[in-house]
Amino acid sequence: MAVISYIQAVTQALKEEMKRDEKVFVLGEDVGKRGGVFRATDGLYDEFGEDRVLDTPLAESAIAGVGIGAAMYGMRPVAEMQFADFIMPAVNQIISEAAKIRYRSNNDWSAPITIRAPYGGGVHGALYHSQSVEAVFANQPGLKIVMPSTPYDVKGLLKASIRDNDPVLFFEHKRAYRLIKGEVPDEDYTLPIGKADVKREGSDITVITYGLCVHFALQAAEKLAEEGIDAHILDLRTVYPLDKEGIIEAASKTGKVLLVTEDNKEGGIISEVSAIISENCLFDLDAPVQRLAGPDIPSMPYAPTMEKHFMMNPDKVEKAMRDLAEF
Amino acid sequence: MAENRHKALGLSDDQVLDMFRTMLLARRIDERMWLLNRAGKIPFVISCQGQEAAQVGASYALDREKDYALPYYRDMGVVLSFGMTAQDLMLSGFAKAEDPNSGGRQMPGHFGQKKNRIVTGSSPVTTQVPHAVGIALAGKMEKKDFVSLVTFGEGSSNQGDFHEGANFAGVHKLPVIFMVENNKYAISVPVSKQLACEKVSDRAIGYGMPGFTVDGNDPLAVYEAVKEAADRGRNGEGPTLIETVSYRLTPHSSDDDDRTYREREEVDEAKKKDSIVTFAQYLRDTGVLTDEKEKEMNDEISEIVNEATDYAENAAYAEAESAMKYVYEE
Repeated sequence: MAVISYIQAVTQALKEEMKRDEKVFVLGEDVGKRGGVFRATDGLYDEFGEDRVLDTPLAESAIAGVGIGAAMYGMRPVAEMQFADFIMPAVNQIISEAAKIRYRSNNDWSAPITIRAPYGGGVHGALYHSQSVEAVFANQPGLKIVMPSTPYDVKGLLKASIRDNDPVLFFEHKRAYRLIKGEVPDEDYTLPIGKADVKREGSDITVITYGLCVHFALQAAEKLAEEGIDAHILDLRTVYPLDKEGIIEAASKTGKVLLVTEDNKEGGIISEVSAIISENCLFDLDAPVQRLAGPDIPSMPYAPTMEKHFMMNPDKVEKAMRDLAEF
Repeated sequence: MAENRHKALGLSDDQVLDMFRTMLLARRIDERMWLLNRAGKIPFVISCQGQEAAQVGASYALDREKDYALPYYRDMGVVLSFGMTAQDLMLSGFAKAEDPNSGGRQMPGHFGQKKNRIVTGSSPVTTQVPHAVGIALAGKMEKKDFVSLVTFGEGSSNQGDFHEGANFAGVHKLPVIFMVENNKYAISVPVSKQLACEKVSDRAIGYGMPGFTVDGNDPLAVYEAVKEAADRGRNGEGPTLIETVSYRLTPHSSDDDDRTYREREEVDEAKKKDSIVTFAQYLRDTGVLTDEKEKEMNDEISEIVNEATDYAENAAYAEAESAMKYVYEE
């Protein structure tokens, strides 16, 4: 097994899927010659040509909408939004169109498009290059939202998203791109969309999170293990629709649950996770469900002081985990 | 005998009669739906009346065995031309389970039928424009020679998706026909408050494509323009913007009252140019439509509409629990 970075897992998944199926193609801003501003599509233009690695005009609604049209025809488009923050002009296409095409046509049409977008902060990206946007889309039946944390999950889930017959939003943490490395098998594999994954077995407290925060929780858990606190960590991987069984099982296991996200606190994914736990796990709980999240301010400011104040980090997670363990 | 314009376009007498029949069928289904609405039998109608010539003229200029149609909510003439039936449309009007557009999930006018390459649509206007571009892009990638026809109103030509889609098609030289059915009103707002330019087709130059404005009451003029656009598309010469100018003869929908914003005289004046009247006259003047044929056609259509209405009225609704189906692939 090779050790690769999070972004290399993206590139490998795209490349292998394009080789496997001629109907798979990539479209977006700067994805062609430049290979993407983060280099996620690096090398694809040279290998597959400009017709399958399409540099589009700078217009996000068209990137989504043209992709949706191609998908309805029978292609497998992978559209890139350069930053998750810039997905907003495409929201009508994603929510009014992609999410509802199968339903509104009574299963006559479908839109198997994958829309990739780098999200998340801690990169001096300020208000419009740092946002987490999953909550915008997480009450739209018809959509699936995948937010992987490791190279292994990225590769297996991106392949699964491309092969899925429904629209998938695939959010990649931009700080994880080169920070996170991990083992990935050489052979072809996919991972199930809609299934959470236990990233650490433990018996004292449960942390449920996703994306880069999974790594913060894992780091904190190693430290707390030295103090005799044994954390169970569940990585949601798919944040919509949620893996209810996985959440209930993980919450019931320890009875003390901390939910972590770097998104704003109110109305986010973890609020829904909390609701699932309160509906199903009341008699298994030994402490109130805790949420650790970004503050309810519009987004992450540019200045390092304010950015750090907003951004999640291992210390914040560790403190919240210790407080919960001591409850 | 009047000048025969259709022969010059390569259209036989039978073909123009068939075009007229489809226009008339659309009109009669539409009129029946209004009656059903006013009788309290169906909740909603949104009309094609006044735009049948543009819709049918454009559709007949295409290869209806392989080209794609992305209609908007008034396009009964387009979907009938592409193979949808009166019964299908009535099933949609009554929101019955057998409705091929949506199984009774969407309001009438939200067309879609994959087997006839009529692409499913929604209510937010103009979202279908980028879809038409995507379908044309897919066709180019797959080395097919079909074109996509996407239609929308003049008000919709102000939406970002029109601009983004038209520009994309222009840059990538895709075989898309953008057809604006300019019926002079976006609900209550007249075209003078929608556009600062004189014609919608003036916008074409911004997307590197030719733009034409034609008489939307003349199916032959529309046929000719769309035929040329389709040829351009198939030859790899890219997209075309066509504006068909006619008039919306009904209120916006069954829930609108157009007396609150336009004068009756204006509507009456427009009715003199109604293509159902003027094209019939052309066909009589050229000796194509005889009294006998006209009666036969009227009787046949009347029977089709009656049968479709009866069938749809008596058809079953979808089971309540079926609302849970097809959110995702099953």
